[in-house]
Amino acid sequence: MLLNQFLLLAAILFSIGVYGVIVRRNGVLVLMSIELILNSVNINLIAFSTYHGLGGQVFALFVIAVAAAEVGVGLAIVLLIYRNRRSVDIDALDELKG
Amino acid sequence: MWFLTHTWIMPALMALSFLAILAVGKRLPKKGSEIGVAAVGICFVLALLTAGSWWQHTNDTGESGEHASGVLAVAPGAGDAEEHDPEAFSDVEQGCSRVVDEADHEGNSEKAEADHEGDTEGEEHSSGIAPGESASAESTAVATAEEGEGHAATKPVVRCFTWFDNGPADSSTITVGTMVDGQSVFMLVVVGLISLLVHIYSTDYVNGDRRYTHYFAFLSLFTASMMFFVLAQSTLQMIVGWELVGVCSFALIGHWWEEKPNSNAALKAFLTNRVGDIGLLVGMIILYFAAGRSFSILDINILAASGGISHGLLLVASVCLLAAVMSKSGQFILHTWLPDAMAGPTPVSALIHAATMVVAGIYLVARLYPVFFEGLSIAGSSVNLLAVVGAVTAMFGALLAFVQKDVKKVLAYSTISQLGFMVTALGVGAWTAAMFHLFTHAMFKACLFLGAGSMSHAAHHSFNMVDDYGGLRKIMPRTFWTFIIATGALAGIFPLSGFWSKDEILAGHGTFFSEGGNGTYHVMLAMLIIGAFCTAAYMTRTIWYCFYGEYRGVGTPHESGPRITVPLIILATLGAVVGFLNLPKSIGPINFPESLHTQFEQFVEPVGAYFPSISHAEFNVPLALFSLAVAGLGVLLPYLYYFKGGLAPIRDLSERNALARWGKNVLVNKYYFDWLYTDVITGFVKGPLARAANWFNAKVLDGIVDGVGAGAVVTGQWVYENIDQEVVDGAVNAAGTTATETGGVLRYLQSGRIQQYAALFFAAAALLAGVFVVATG
Amino acid sequence: MIAALAPLSFLAQSATGNSFDVPANVVFYIVAAFMVFAAIRVVTTDNIVHAALWLILVLSGVGLNFLLLQAEFVAITQILVYLGAIVVLFLFGIMLTRAPLGRADDLDNNMRPIGVAVGLLLTAVIAFALIRTFGNDSLTFEAYAGSQAVAGNNRTTALANEIFGPQLIPFEVLSVLLTAALIGAIVLARRD
Repeated sequence: MLLNQFLLLAAILFSIGVYGVIVRRNGVLVLMSIELILNSVNINLIAFSTYHGLGGQVFALFVIAVAAAEVGVGLAIVLLIYRNRRSVDIDALDELKG
Repeated sequence: MWFLTHTWIMPALMALSFLAILAVGKRLPKKGSEIGVAAVGICFVLALLTAGSWWQHTNDTGESGEHASGVLAVAPGAGDAEEHDPEAFSDVEQGCSRVVDEADHEGNSEKAEADHEGDTEGEEHSSGIAPGESASAESTAVATAEEGEGHAATKPVVRCFTWFDNGPADSSTITVGTMVDGQSVFMLVVVGLISLLVHIYSTDYVNGDRRYTHYFAFLSLFTASMMFFVLAQSTLQMIVGWELVGVCSFALIGHWWEEKPNSNAALKAFLTNRVGDIGLLVGMIILYFAAGRSFSILDINILAASGGISHGLLLVASVCLLAAVMSKSGQFILHTWLPDAMAGPTPVSALIHAATMVVAGIYLVARLYPVFFEGLSIAGSSVNLLAVVGAVTAMFGALLAFVQKDVKKVLAYSTISQLGFMVTALGVGAWTAAMFHLFTHAMFKACLFLGAGSMSHAAHHSFNMVDDYGGLRKIMPRTFWTFIIATGALAGIFPLSGFWSKDEILAGHGTFFSEGGNGTYHVMLAMLIIGAFCTAAYMTRTIWYCFYGEYRGVGTPHESGPRITVPLIILATLGAVVGFLNLPKSIGPINFPESLHTQFEQFVEPVGAYFPSISHAEFNVPLALFSLAVAGLGVLLPYLYYFKGGLAPIRDLSERNALARWGKNVLVNKYYFDWLYTDVITGFVKGPLARAANWFNAKVLDGIVDGVGAGAVVTGQWVYENIDQEVVDGAVNAAGTTATETGGVLRYLQSGRIQQYAALFFAAAALLAGVFVVATG
Repeated sequence: MIAALAPLSFLAQSATGNSFDVPANVVFYIVAAFMVFAAIRVVTTDNIVHAALWLILVLSGVGLNFLLLQAEFVAITQILVYLGAIVVLFLFGIMLTRAPLGRADDLDNNMRPIGVAVGLLLTAVIAFALIRTFGNDSLTFEAYAGSQAVAGNNRTTALANEIFGPQLIPFEVLSVLLTAALIGAIVLARRD
């Protein structure tokens, strides 16, 4: 097996995740896209750990744990948005507009 | 030995008591105070047993430790090989100190040979005065010889376990444990005793308080954290104990937090201490790396004493740690929190001032003494930072006590001044004198505070001795007599305890005509003598206001109950007699038998590779007489002034003489330190700095602008007509049009939509990454 | 044969000649194709619940990839944490925000072309860099072999030694982070 086949798969997943982050309007769907990105990174980490020892696997585990935390907090934020605006449409969040 | 290896029971018991009081205290008949009193009582008994055990241990060492005296009491630099003698640390558990472990490792192979020759060599050493060494060590030769006579290396008993072990075992093991030697044992006794008496006293004093249970819980935690600090085996533990002590004092100073001044005082104490804590952290981190990644106090001390750590590092570390000591022990210039801390309940003040909070700073210096001793080059110099800070504090703190109306504030400044004595003593190398003064001071200062509490109990919770006290001598005889004895001890009247300890400190400086053992600190000696004079004087003034004249307060005062007076009597008795624990070897022609003199020194002062070889000053009769005379004068002058109404020339001097008035104002305003901190430093930015900027703006800049403006009008007119209308307008119009058009395009970018930003971000990142790849490829 | 499976034929050149390679490659390409398809469905489907279900497929595929890379423990953790916890959390999130359970045609905004462009650009840049850098490097598993010797022929033991040895402090910090996130989520989502 080649190293690159895993890395390229990860790159494709990453790009798909980025696409999702850009085009999705629903907050939950955006979070799902972020999960795609994180998972592609994990594939990279594991693939490289075949070269550099188990550190990559440890980091993948850390990323999984951080992702769990991120989803927890992210969904809480989405819930809060929903409670305040009766909608999770990210397009409607334009408070950053000066 | 069991008691020496199980000292951890004491802090653990007090911590348990804290939790138990919080959990079930409110439901008990005495609201939880019984748990606290019982726990601290057990601790005190344990501390006494530990002290007895240590006594035994030291005696055993003295008899069997033939290696000890000769080998370990050598002058600095005389022996690098000897200090690795594993025999001296046979009570250190494996893993607690890397230096000792390594020495053990090396020692084991050599031990077999050494055993054969041991007897003969050992005797040579135990006779102690190895002449060659003394001669080579020159200036400290006498001291070395003297130590050789009576002292054996007191082996610290160290027990620890690995808290966590990160990475390779030799580099970053973090251990937790207890380090028991004379110093920690005596502090345990002090903390246990004062805390026990304060507990008993408090059951009466804060009776019926709205947070009675909470109060006792925190007393327990306070005791626990101080014991934890005292027993610390690693510097990490010291930091934890240090901060815990700070938190507890914060909670107790602010015990009546509903009133704004009290919570302010608590905050002030806490924040001022934070300033010093930065120094503590930095210093400890420096020491950690300097000692080859070890938190063990034993490692740090051995390396510092043997020159294993460079002088520069030690200097920086000791200056950083000194900042911590200044804040914790109320040394100038970070002392301002201590008088305000009087807002707490009086027994807490007694605890803070006698046994826990402020003493922690002194204990820290004493514990890491080799760091300070080598870092500040205490031996053989005539000035160093520690001594200067201490002497300044001792003198100026005592002066401040003169103008206070509040009896507790007098005592607070008195504590600051006495702590200054201890710091100076440490600074001039009189380690034992400092520890001994800490010991005696704990007794009589606790007695004074508790006495003040007893008076305020009688005088409707007022501490204002000038307006609300007076004539209490007849009404409260027990309080009066205990207060008098404690005052005498504080002023250093023979033969009360304060006399012995103060005199030891003074003698440690050397006299005016001869050198002290560790260098000559004449300036500090003079300042301390002035401090001692002031101490005697302001205490006499306090006695006058409290106990003589007519009662000036409201209501009818009465003597306090036995739970208040019994601790007073115990403390006054101790304050009178503990001075005999460290009698000098001889006073003039009188020689004391060996079992009587310098007992404290023998059982408290560490001797061995983890302690620098300091010299001990001899009792100096002229100096003692002189300081006694100064103290007597300090009593006499206020006596004539207040009691006899004499000294007419200086009466109301401050109203007639401008200089005196100025001096008094300085004192009343506490040298303007509070003013400096709150008004100048914090006020500077918002006040004068802003005004100065405003003035500069209004006068200077505006003037320039006006002048320039007038000229500009003239030039402008010409420019307007010729250049502006023709050239510039064209350019400006063009620029404006361009800006409008660009803005029209760009405004779509600032949509406020996060996803658009994300798209831009990713696109830009991808483009940049592409450029990067191509450029580097 | 393998070359016929995908246009990315250069990937199939076996450098090691390991007998495991051929079936492993077959499995990989099948799984990878599924994953890419499922991932695309996640970001394009117009049914939120379906998106979550497609996500399950992708995540399982990632787990399978971990197995192919001989990271069994991480693979199991991946399945347990992602499929067991995170996807369920997503489904809860969908329900709690009253998302439309059927088809909905307003799930995407009007930036699809931009998204496609950015995605393709990213893929192109990353792929270019990867192919340039790693070319035909094959997986070695040498690092695993080294740690096996230490850990008595057990990769999970080796991993445990790694986590609870050199990586202990990050691990502890991570537990603090999780606690903080837990508290943060509670504070945010609490109704008060």
